Amino acid sequence: MINLQPYQNPQYFILLLVALLPLMIGLYHGHRWRIYESLVSLLFLFFIFDAEKTGQGIALIAYTLIQTLIVKGYLSYRTNKKFHNKFWVFAGAIILSILQLVIVKLTPLFANGRDSIVAFLGISYLTFKTVGMLMEIRDGAIKEFDLWKFLHFLLFFPTISSGPIDRYRRFIKDYDKVPSQEKYVELIGKGLHNIFLGFLYKFLLGYLFGTLWLPGLEQAVLTHKSTVPWGLSIYLVAYMYCYSMYLFFDFAGYSLFAVGISYLMGIETPVNFNKPFAAHNLKEFWNRWHMTLSFWFRDYIYMRFVFWAMKNKLLKSRIAMANIGYLLLFLTMGIWHGETWYYIVYGLFHATVLILTDAWLRFKKKHRQHIPSNWFTKYFSIFMTFNTVCFSFLIFSGILDKLWFK
Amino acid sequence: MDVKATVLDILADLTGSDEVKENLDESLFDSGLLDSMATVQLLLELQQQLGIDVPVSEFDRQEWETPNKIIAKVESLENE
Repeated sequence: MINLQPYQNPQYFILLLVALLPLMIGLYHGHRWRIYESLVSLLFLFFIFDAEKTGQGIALIAYTLIQTLIVKGYLSYRTNKKFHNKFWVFAGAIILSILQLVIVKLTPLFANGRDSIVAFLGISYLTFKTVGMLMEIRDGAIKEFDLWKFLHFLLFFPTISSGPIDRYRRFIKDYDKVPSQEKYVELIGKGLHNIFLGFLYKFLLGYLFGTLWLPGLEQAVLTHKSTVPWGLSIYLVAYMYCYSMYLFFDFAGYSLFAVGISYLMGIETPVNFNKPFAAHNLKEFWNRWHMTLSFWFRDYIYMRFVFWAMKNKLLKSRIAMANIGYLLLFLTMGIWHGETWYYIVYGLFHATVLILTDAWLRFKKKHRQHIPSNWFTKYFSIFMTFNTVCFSFLIFSGILDKLWFK
Repeated sequence: MDVKATVLDILADLTGSDEVKENLDESLFDSGLLDSMATVQLLLELQQQLGIDVPVSEFDRQEWETPNKIIAKVESLENE
C-alpha cells in the first residue's frame, strides 16, 4: 500500500493537484462539489495514516470520536437554558479534550522516549482547534453544531500535520460559500505563488541549511567540546544562525504549502509567517512568527488569563498581571514543545525578554522627547531582535544539552 | 455622555496620548498603541462604564482596529 506523508516530494504535489483539479473547475464555475471534496480529503488522510501508520490512523479515529462527543456534549449543555454556565463543567470539557494530547506528551518521559500508542501526526494541532472551539462555546460565540462541518474543520487535510491553526467560525464561513470567479482566480494565483515559494523555502533553502550545512556544524561544535571553556566555540555561533535559518525556511515552507493548497480549495487558511526577522522588538516578532500558534496562545491563554485576573482583581498591579500572563503563556508553550529543560528555558527566556520589552516601551513612552529615533536606531533594534531570537533558537535546538549534559 | 466621547476617553487613557482623538482611522495595533493587555483593559472599561459585555471570543482585531471601528462596534452592541 502506498503511504504519502504531506508535502514530502514532487509526486505528492502532482497527485494532489490532479485530485484537486475537478474541485477547482467546479469552484471556478461557482460550485463547491462537497461530496467530491470530502472524498479527496478522505483519500489523502488515508494516504497519511495507512500501511505502517495504521496504528496512528486508529488513534486518530478514536480521537475524532471522543472530540466530537465532547464538543457536541458541551454545546448541548451551553445551549440548554436549564443549565447555568458553570465553570467546572467548562474545565471538565477542556481537561477531557486535552487528555489524549497530555498522555501523548507525557509518555516519552515515562517510557524511555517511546511514543504513546494513542499518538498520531498532528494531534497537537487538532487539539488547539477543539480547545479553541470549547472556549468560544463557553463565551456563547459558537451556538450551533453541524457534525459534517465540524469533521471538515477538524480534519482539514492540507493543515492536519502542523497547522496553520484555523478557527471554526472563520473556516465555516469559507466552507459555506463559493468565492466569486474573480476572487477565485486571485486565490489560485496566490495559492500557486505560495506553493512555488514553498518549494524555494523548504526544498532549496531549508535543504541547504538543514541537510547540507547543519550536520557538519554540529560535528564541529561537538569536537570542540573540551578545547574551549563550556564548549563555546565559534562553531556554536555558526550553528546558531544556520539552525535559525533552517527552522524558518523549513517551517515557513511547509506553511506556504498548507496555505497555498487551502487557497486552491477556496479556503483562506490564515498565514503563519510575515517577515519575522524584520521585527524591531520581540513583541512584534511574535506577531510575525508562527502567527496562528502565537495568536492562539494570545487569545485563548494570555488574554483570558489577564481578563479573569483583572476582573477578579487578583493583583493590585496591572503590570504584574501582564507579566504573570507572559510567564504562563510561554511556560505552557515550552512544556507543549516537550518536557526537556531546553524547551522550558526557551519559554522562560522569551517571557523574560518580553517583560523587559514592555518595561522599555513604558519607559520610552514616558521619555519620548529624550530618546532618539532615526534610521540607525531602527536597524539597530531589528539587528538586536534578530540576534535575541537566534539565541533563543540555539536554546531550543537542544545542542546545548548535547554539549553540556550528554 | 455619548458613546463616542466615552470610548475616546477610555482609549486616550489606555494609550496615554490624545493621538487617538485626532486620527480616528489610525490602526491602533499596527502603531503599537494598543496591545493584548490594553485590549483586555478596554473590554473591562466598556463593561464598567457602558455596561456592554464583550467576551474575548468576540474580539476580532480586524473589527476593532481603529477608534472609528471601535465606536461603531460599541454602538451596534449597545443597540442590541
